[in-house]
Amino acid sequence: MPPIPGSGLAKGLAVTLRTMTKKTVTAQYPDVQPDLPPRTRGVIGLFEENCTVCMLCARECPDWCIYIDSHKETVPPAAPGGRERSRNVLDRFAIDFSLCMYCGICIEVCPFDALFWSPEFEYAETDIHELTHERDKLREWMWTVPAPPALDPGAEEPKEIAAARKAADKLAAQQRQEGQE
Amino acid sequence: MNDVLDVALRLLVVLAVFLVLPLVVGQTEHKVMAHMQGRLGPMYAGGFHGWAQLIADGVKFAQKEDVVPANADRRIFQLAPAVALIPYLIVIVAIPIGPGEGAVGTVVDAGIFFVLAVMGAGVLGSLMAGWASANKFSLLGGLRTAAQLLSYELPMLLAAASVAMAAGTVSLVGILDAFEWWWLPWQIIGAFVFFVAGLAELQRPPFDMPIADSEIIFGAYTEYTGLRFALFLLAEYAGIVILCGLTTVLFLGGWHGPWGADGLGWVWTLLKTAVLAFVIIWLRVTTPRLREDQLQKLAWTTLVPLALAQIALTGIVKVVIQ
Repeated sequence: MPPIPGSGLAKGLAVTLRTMTKKTVTAQYPDVQPDLPPRTRGVIGLFEENCTVCMLCARECPDWCIYIDSHKETVPPAAPGGRERSRNVLDRFAIDFSLCMYCGICIEVCPFDALFWSPEFEYAETDIHELTHERDKLREWMWTVPAPPALDPGAEEPKEIAAARKAADKLAAQQRQEGQE
Repeated sequence: MNDVLDVALRLLVVLAVFLVLPLVVGQTEHKVMAHMQGRLGPMYAGGFHGWAQLIADGVKFAQKEDVVPANADRRIFQLAPAVALIPYLIVIVAIPIGPGEGAVGTVVDAGIFFVLAVMGAGVLGSLMAGWASANKFSLLGGLRTAAQLLSYELPMLLAAASVAMAAGTVSLVGILDAFEWWWLPWQIIGAFVFFVAGLAELQRPPFDMPIADSEIIFGAYTEYTGLRFALFLLAEYAGIVILCGLTTVLFLGGWHGPWGADGLGWVWTLLKTAVLAFVIIWLRVTTPRLREDQLQKLAWTTLVPLALAQIALTGIVKVVIQ
């Protein structure tokens, strides 16, 4: 059976009318901030207190966009008669975001949990050189990193908490014994 | 003295309507089209949902340079936008929006003739622009305009003639005075033919092949800039208002409504006009452009026979009820 003349037109009219009654998809950025997923990979934040200047991130970076400077410092012995310790001090930590391709390998590879994904994304600059962001800016972005996701219910206790609990239990048992004696 | 004041006041009101309603239609088109495409449309100009977008556009057009091509026929080229726009201004004078003397610019005895003849003159603007621009795309656009006008003027006039037959008068006010609610189903085919032919004459999508931007740049308006270009655009939207108003008056009963006939007749006219304008926008968003041959086919094999059938039907019913 041939189609009724105008049925295609009627179908089209129905589509446009239905679209008009639906919510629009226009994002009104920058008036309205986008509703991003919580684990959005916007920019890389540096938790510099955790950084030991092991240079793993800089070496693994496929673009070589991480710049790290450091020097060694000697720390006096903790106990009298002990040995002096040497410690790495971070002088400069910068990421060139004009080179970075947001692969996240540096974050994966960091053994001390010093690098994190932040959902922050508004860091455009007018000069490409200014896209090399230094440690203070990277540290600031740390504040925007969301808390790690909660463990599954019934998951094994995290190792560090288990170790801390073990130590605390031991101490408590010891004190109890001393109290009885 | 009082007469002069009366005429001046009427002309002022007509001018105000002529300047405001097309802008309202244009703004509605911006918004309705955007929402039909899942967008928001203008949101900034004027603060609240971009209500002043067209005013901003007007300011922008006024600031642009008014270029006349070196080889163009200067005087004709400059005159064309006015020729396109002014007929619509004249037509609006004769369209009654409510019962009585007070709700029409001026009562014209041969209203239908006057309105359709003057409306036809508006297309001359496009022809002049196409010929005077010294541009092959403009010329093609002008020729397409001419072809379109030739084929669609006929069904439009036949459909209008059917209403005049039904009412036994060619005065727009007289037609509305004679209107009964059952004219609506009686003249429905004529209304359809009139509206579609009118759309084609306004060169609105899906009948916009004279300005088909993907084929011939912008047809007859290709060489126009600034305020003259804006006048052509204004003429298009004024044309929408006129076509919707005329369809309302001829086929939808103008100021007659189910209730509130006394004093509120003009609300009915405006409401019906607005709904028709919405339909025009809706069609523009929905339909792709017809091909040139499809356009001619629609006019000669569909609309003209339909209009003739409507005239025959009108005649038969007219004879039977007498």
